[in-house]
Amino acid sequence: MTVLEQPGAYHLAPPPAWRPRLDPAPLLPDGEPYHLLGTEADLDPELLSRLHAGVVRGRRFNEQATALTKQGRLAVYPSSTGQEAAEVAAGLVLAEQDWLFPSYRDTLAAVARGLDPVEVLSLLRGDWHSGYDPRATRVAPLSTPLATQLPHAVGLAHAARLRGDDTVALAMVGDGGTSEGDFHEALNFAAVWQSPVVFLVQNNGFAISVPLAKQTAAPSLAHKAVGYGMPGRLVDGNDAAATHQVLGEAIERAREGGGPTLVEAVTYRMEAHTNADDASRYRSSEEVEHWRAHDPIALLERELRALGRLDEHTVEAVRADAEDMAAGMRDRMNADPVLCPTELFEHVYDQRTPQLREQSALLRAELAADEELAAETAAGGTGAERAGVPSGADEGVRRPGSETR
Amino acid sequence: MSTVETISAADGTTAARKPVTMAQALNQALRDAMLEDPTVHLMGEDIGTLGGVFRVTDGLAAEFGEDRCTDTPLAEAGILGSAIGMAMYGLRPVVEMQFDAFAYPSFEQLVSHAARMRNRTRGALPMPITVRVPYGGGIGGVEHHSDSSEAYYMATPGLQVVTPATVADAYGLLRAAIVAEDPVIFMEPKRLYWGKADWSSAEPERVPPIGRAVVRRRGASATLITYGPSVPVCMAAAEAARAEGWDLEVVDLRSLVPFDDVTVAESVRRTGRAVVVHESAGFGGPGGEIAARITERCFHHLEAPVLRVTGFDIPYPPPMLESHHLPGVERVLDAVGRLQWESDWTASGVSSAGGFEGGGE
Repeated sequence: MTVLEQPGAYHLAPPPAWRPRLDPAPLLPDGEPYHLLGTEADLDPELLSRLHAGVVRGRRFNEQATALTKQGRLAVYPSSTGQEAAEVAAGLVLAEQDWLFPSYRDTLAAVARGLDPVEVLSLLRGDWHSGYDPRATRVAPLSTPLATQLPHAVGLAHAARLRGDDTVALAMVGDGGTSEGDFHEALNFAAVWQSPVVFLVQNNGFAISVPLAKQTAAPSLAHKAVGYGMPGRLVDGNDAAATHQVLGEAIERAREGGGPTLVEAVTYRMEAHTNADDASRYRSSEEVEHWRAHDPIALLERELRALGRLDEHTVEAVRADAEDMAAGMRDRMNADPVLCPTELFEHVYDQRTPQLREQSALLRAELAADEELAAETAAGGTGAERAGVPSGADEGVRRPGSETR
Repeated sequence: MSTVETISAADGTTAARKPVTMAQALNQALRDAMLEDPTVHLMGEDIGTLGGVFRVTDGLAAEFGEDRCTDTPLAEAGILGSAIGMAMYGLRPVVEMQFDAFAYPSFEQLVSHAARMRNRTRGALPMPITVRVPYGGGIGGVEHHSDSSEAYYMATPGLQVVTPATVADAYGLLRAAIVAEDPVIFMEPKRLYWGKADWSSAEPERVPPIGRAVVRRRGASATLITYGPSVPVCMAAAEAARAEGWDLEVVDLRSLVPFDDVTVAESVRRTGRAVVVHESAGFGGPGGEIAARITERCFHHLEAPVLRVTGFDIPYPPPMLESHHLPGVERVLDAVGRLQWESDWTASGVSSAGGFEGGGE
C-alpha cells in the first residue's frame, strides 16, 4: 500500500514555513568603496604619519627588490607598487598576539609588521622557502599556492578561540584567489565556526593577465561574504586611513566574538605581475595613468599637508629612513648567503628516516669530493679556484628556478 | 573473507582479553589519546553525533564535547587546511577522511602545505596531524568507496604512511601516529574493520614503532611482502602453500613511509625469493618501489626476480566484479609457483610481462 492509498495519510497542508536564518541586509557591503582621505572625517594625525612612513618605505622596498631581481639577487619579485596602502594598513593594524597570513605578493605587509626585509625575501631570493620564524613573528610563511593559506588562518583562529585566547588572524588574498575552492571553504568554515578571522581581498584588477570581469560575475567581491553569513566591507584600498579603519573594526569585531568579516580593498597593481611578465600585452597605459592619479602616497601626503603635519623636513626624514632600509637590503642581499646543502635533509621529518640518512651521506660525499678536487686544482695552480669560490653543489642550491606565480 | 582473527598474536596471556574489532580498537585509541592530551582534536564529516560512518568515533563527541570531536562542513580541503592552522597554534588534530576517494579534495593542502610546512620553516612549524583514511576494497562499495590511494601519499616527501593489519596494530599505530611530530596518513583497511582478535583494552599490548615491519609468519622458501588488507590474504596463502611444499614467510610492512629496508632485506636474503602483494594498481604502485629496493639490497641472494601480485591497472571495479580484481590466495600462489623453482625460468611465460602477476582467475 502506498502512502496515498492510506486513508488519512495525506493532508493538503502547506509545508513547514521557510524563513531565512539570517537577515542578509546588514551583511551587505556599501555600494561604493569606503574612503576617508580627502573627506571631512576627523583623522588621527599620528596614525596618518605612521601610515605615510610605511607606504614610503613600502614603495622603496618594492623598487629595491625589483632592482635586486634585475641584478640576479632575487629569483623573481612580484611587486606591490600601487598597493602599498592596503599592505601597510594590514601590517600595522594587528595587535601583538594576532597572526598575519600573507600571500606571495604581501612581503610589504610582513615588513610593515616589523619583520626583517631580508628574512622576508628568503623565498624569492631562494636561499630557503621561509626565512623567518612564523611562530616567533606570528606571520605565516608567504603562500605561493593561491588561497590555500586561508583555511590555515581559519584553523589557527579557531584554535585560539578554543583555547580562550583573544588572537585574531588576518588572511590576505588577491582577486584571482577568490575563484579558488579554498577561498570558499575557508569562508564557509570561518562563518560556521564564527572564527576570529578577517579576510582581506586586495582586488588589484588582474590575476597575472586576467581581468576581474573574467574572474567573477559577483556584484563585488565583498558581496560574496553575504552568501556565507558574514559581513562584507568594500574599501578604497589606496586610502590607507580607510583601509586601516575598516580592517581595525573587523578585527575588533572578531576579537569580541562577532565572527569573521570579508574586506575587499579596491586597488591596482601598477607594475607587471612579476619582473618576468609583460603587462603591455593585456592592459593600456591610459588605465595605468588613471590609477597613478590615485596614488596611495600622494593621497596621504595631501591629507597630512592639509593638517599641517607634513613639511619638507618630515618628507626628507621619511625618505632618508626608506633609503637606509634600501641600503641595508642592498648590502645584505649582495653578500652570498651561507648555505648548507645537507640541511636539505634536516627538516623533512622530525627524525631523519634511514633513507634520508643514506641520501644525506651521498650528498656529503659528493661535497667532499668536490672540495678535494678544488683543492687539487688549486694546488696544481691556475689560481681561479683559490679565491674561495663555493663548491659546485653550493652553486646548484643557490640559484633556484626563476619563476613563481 | 579472511579476518584478522587468523593472525592474532598468541602470547598466552589471554586472561584479560576478549574479542575486539579493529574499529573498536581504533575508537579506544582515539579516546585514550584524547584523555591523555587535551590538545588532541578530532575533525571530520559525520564523526560527532553519528560517530562516523564506520562508527570509529562512536561516543567521543558525547564524552569530550563537540569542540574536541567536531562535525565539520562537508569540505575536505577545508578540513585539512583548518587542521594545519590548528597545528600551527599548537593543537594536535586528528582528521577523518570519510572514504579513500573523498580525501582527494584535500590533496593540495596535504602535498603543498602539511607535508612541507616543517621543511619550509626549518622546523619552526611542525605538523603533528593524523589523517585517518579508510581505504581499500572488498566491502561491496560502489564507485569511489574502495580506492587504494597509498601510492599517492608515499610519493610525497614529508608524510608518513602507515597501515595496520591487526587489532593490536590498529590501536598501537594510531596512538603512535597521534603523538608523532609529523603528518601521518593512517590508512585503515575497511574490510578489516570488523575482523576480531582477542585483545585487552585495559592493557593494550605494545607494538613496534612506526617505521618497523613485522614478520607475521616465519618461513624458509620465499617471502611474501604485504600490508593492510592483503596481510590476511598472504597469511591464508602461506597456510595453503604448505600443501605445495612451500614454507612461506609473511612480512607485514605496517609502515610504508618510513620503509623498513632492514627487516625486508633480512627476510629476502634468507629465503632468496620474494613476492610483493597489494591491492592498489601495480603500475607506479608501491610494489615497484619495494621490488627495486629488494633488488638493490639482495641481488646476490635472489634465486628469482621479485614478483608482484597487485590490483589490475584499472579504475576500481564495480562491486559485482571486484573479486576478479583483488589479489586472492590463488593468484598469490600462482606467483609463488613462478619463482624459478626449476631452472627453466624463461620458458615459464612470465619474463616478457616484466613480472606483472595480474592474470585472471
